[in-house]
Amino acid sequence: MKDAFGAPQSLLVLGGTSEIGLATARRLIGRRTRTVFLAGRPSPQLDAAAQSLRRLGATVTTVDFDALDPASHEVALGKVFAEGDIDMVLLAFGVLGDQARDEQDPLAAVHVAQVNYTGAVSAALVGATALQVQGHGSLVVLSSVAGERARRANFIYGSSKAGLDAFCQGLADAMHGSGVHVMTVRPGFVHTRMTEGLEPAPLSTTADEVAAAIELGLRRRSTTIWVPGTLRAVMSAIRHLPRPLFRRLPL
Amino acid sequence: MPVPFAAPEAVPVTGWGRTAPTSALVLRPGSYEEAVRALAECGGRGAIARGLGRAYGDAAQNAGGAVLDMTGLDRIHEIDAVGGLVTCDAGVSLHRLMQVMLPLGWFVPVSPGTRYVTVGGAIGADIHGKNHHMSGSFSRHVRAIELLTGDGETRVATPEDEPDLFWATAGGMGLTGVILAATLQMLPVETSLMTVDTERATDLDDLMARLAADDHRYRYSVAWIDLLARGARTGRAVLTRGDHAPLEALPPRLRADPLAFRPASRLPAAPRFVPEGLLGRRSVGLFNEFWYRKAPRDQRGRLQKLAAFFHPLDGLPEWNRIYGRGGFVQYQFVVGYGQEEALRRIVRRIGSRRCPSFLAVLKRFGEADPGWLSFPMPGWTLALDLPATLPGLAAFLDELDDEVAAAGGRVYLAKDARMRPDVLARMYPRLDDFRELRSRYDPRRVITSDLARRLAV
Ligand SMILES: Cc1cc2nc3c(=O)[nH]c(=O)nc-3n(C[C@H](O)[C@H](O)[C@H](O)COP(=O)(O)OP(=O)(O)OC[C@H]3O[C@@H](n4cnc5c(N)ncnc54)[C@H](O)[C@@H]3O)c2cc1C
Ligand SMILES: NC(=O)c1ccc[n+]([C@@H]2O[C@H](COP(=O)([O-])OP(=O)(O)OC[C@H]3O[C@@H](n4cnc5c(N)ncnc54)[C@H](OP(=O)(O)O)[C@@H]3O)[C@@H](O)[C@H]2O)c1
Repeated sequence: MKDAFGAPQSLLVLGGTSEIGLATARRLIGRRTRTVFLAGRPSPQLDAAAQSLRRLGATVTTVDFDALDPASHEVALGKVFAEGDIDMVLLAFGVLGDQARDEQDPLAAVHVAQVNYTGAVSAALVGATALQVQGHGSLVVLSSVAGERARRANFIYGSSKAGLDAFCQGLADAMHGSGVHVMTVRPGFVHTRMTEGLEPAPLSTTADEVAAAIELGLRRRSTTIWVPGTLRAVMSAIRHLPRPLFRRLPL
Repeated sequence: MPVPFAAPEAVPVTGWGRTAPTSALVLRPGSYEEAVRALAECGGRGAIARGLGRAYGDAAQNAGGAVLDMTGLDRIHEIDAVGGLVTCDAGVSLHRLMQVMLPLGWFVPVSPGTRYVTVGGAIGADIHGKNHHMSGSFSRHVRAIELLTGDGETRVATPEDEPDLFWATAGGMGLTGVILAATLQMLPVETSLMTVDTERATDLDDLMARLAADDHRYRYSVAWIDLLARGARTGRAVLTRGDHAPLEALPPRLRADPLAFRPASRLPAAPRFVPEGLLGRRSVGLFNEFWYRKAPRDQRGRLQKLAAFFHPLDGLPEWNRIYGRGGFVQYQFVVGYGQEEALRRIVRRIGSRRCPSFLAVLKRFGEADPGWLSFPMPGWTLALDLPATLPGLAAFLDELDDEVAAAGGRVYLAKDARMRPDVLARMYPRLDDFRELRSRYDPRRVITSDLARRLAV
């Protein structure tokens, strides 16, 4: 169960090797989390991630999970929930894609959409339903500021996050009063392997800061958080910029 | 017939602190048969009894399962006006008992800081009052309970015939079963007024010395302590101690109707939406300052209404909303006599963190009762409210837990919403016996709660 400060005792990370996901798991293990499930495509990295969390004292299990195979989600997550209550599900999988290439290769673009949007829709619905049956729990979804206004430089990724973000807003309302808390996280540029080699955007942040913001959001039972928090105001301004001006911004 | 079973929908439920909402089907049985049926049909996530929801944390919540709202079982079955015995349903509130019994010359044997708690909740948490040093906890005055256990049986337990079941249930936070009814021994009183002595203590040591020196002269004793005062004033406090006023203490105009129950009129409820941070360090500090200054330095034998003496907060219904959306936690612990150094250390730590805590309460407990998970033990107990959104509070309270456990003390489960499971075992040595009894009477684990899950009870 979560305590009065929203700290979960058990955690399921979808995207078990995600740097943001693991930073969050580490932080929560420092609070109340003792049981962690890392779901992802089997790989030595996934096992190493599990090992690294075990060293912090958590009981960690890896679970096979592929965002691109939604038909398998119910069974995969069902197994986890059969083991006991899950206080928090963190949806941390995602791919950035390569905008320039993906524009030339529609199938590659579709891949981005399938992982980030349709895969996430399926996993979020399966997760939220399981939490609803429990009558409690948080579903924390990593969206992105890239979804707030599509940019020339990454609108394929951005649009997939826009879809996911809109989905989560609605899901949060659907879950209102059910005991299930849905929280959408909108980070800006985070220094992880996903953004390795890219030019950092202004207000860039780290996985640990995202983790800290998630812990705070859990305590406050927030529905949407930005990381860093200042992005909330910045994005609100950017959303309303006239298009000709927006197009010329070096974002 | 009301419709307790008309396709209930799950609704969010919290404790008094309004933290960690979880959803459950709230069923309101109106008869013992309906309670039995509710338990039989509650499904895989079980059921827990709930009284008036005055426990601060998650004790009367059951995520995804059923919560049995016991306030529908509210009959008083039998009153022995001569011997002061009363048998009533578990959903009867202490407020109601006062209304009915006071005119007959009987008062509730143990009264917490609010009279809006049920008899079932009073036994479930084995509550204590300002008279603990004299009268022990609530269960000391309970002669028998009727208990619906998880196996579907209804059993009568008394301290003599079924001591294990009785003392596991007293303080067992509803986890041994659903109390349907209880027989209580009330306290004889001549009037409905209190004679109260008030004095101020300048710091913690002064306070402890005063409490230790003459608590035994008062049936009721409690001190409000200012944890925001710094330096030499750390722990300054206002002591209020007293007893039921004898008839001859009343002025002639009140003697005509000495037992009238006159709770002060209730104010309108606190507003539903309160901005975060209303209760900042500054405003709380000012309030505490005002409270201390307005208290008489030394006043003897003042006559006070019962409600003003016992339940000052009941005048403001739903005052728990003043903490806003984030809710609040109450931290209450006890450390034994001889552990005064631990108490001083904790008070200093709270003071130096400048936690915005309204007047906290310090009291001396007397002999413990045998409840397996009962909170009181001989020693010092301190209770304070804190906004749940206070940065760093979670880790800070964990540190206090460790101090308390190391000093052989414990934290009160009726107030808890955040403790770690491993700490619970250190604080409550009979936890294993309790677990064993639970599995005996409830092999299918029908009775459970959020608190039970969180603390792995
Ligand atoms: C302002 C205020 C002041 C307080 N002051 C004090 C104080 O001075 N001393 C003190 O000891 N406590 C105090 N409390 C705490 C309160 O007395 C306890 O939490 C009490 O248990 C609340 O009773 P309730 O009927 O509201 O029960 P709930 O809060 O609804 O439930 C509390 C527990 O009792 C169990 N329970 C309730 N009914 C039954 C039943 N029929 N059968 C089995 N189990 C049942 C529940 O499962 C739960 O575990 C105070 C609380 C408030 C809000
Ligand atoms: N980094 C940023 O700047 C940034 C900013 C805003 C939002 N976000 C979002 O935050 C989340 C986490 O990002 P991160 O920075 O931690 O990136 P990361 O370290 O690259 O993690 C991405 C994760 O997604 C998983 N994944 C990819 N495809 C998958 C599939 N088909 N099935 C299952 N898992 C799959 C990866 O698993 P494998 O190890 O198997 O590949 C990896 O665990 C993502 O949703 C991302 O979009 C990131």
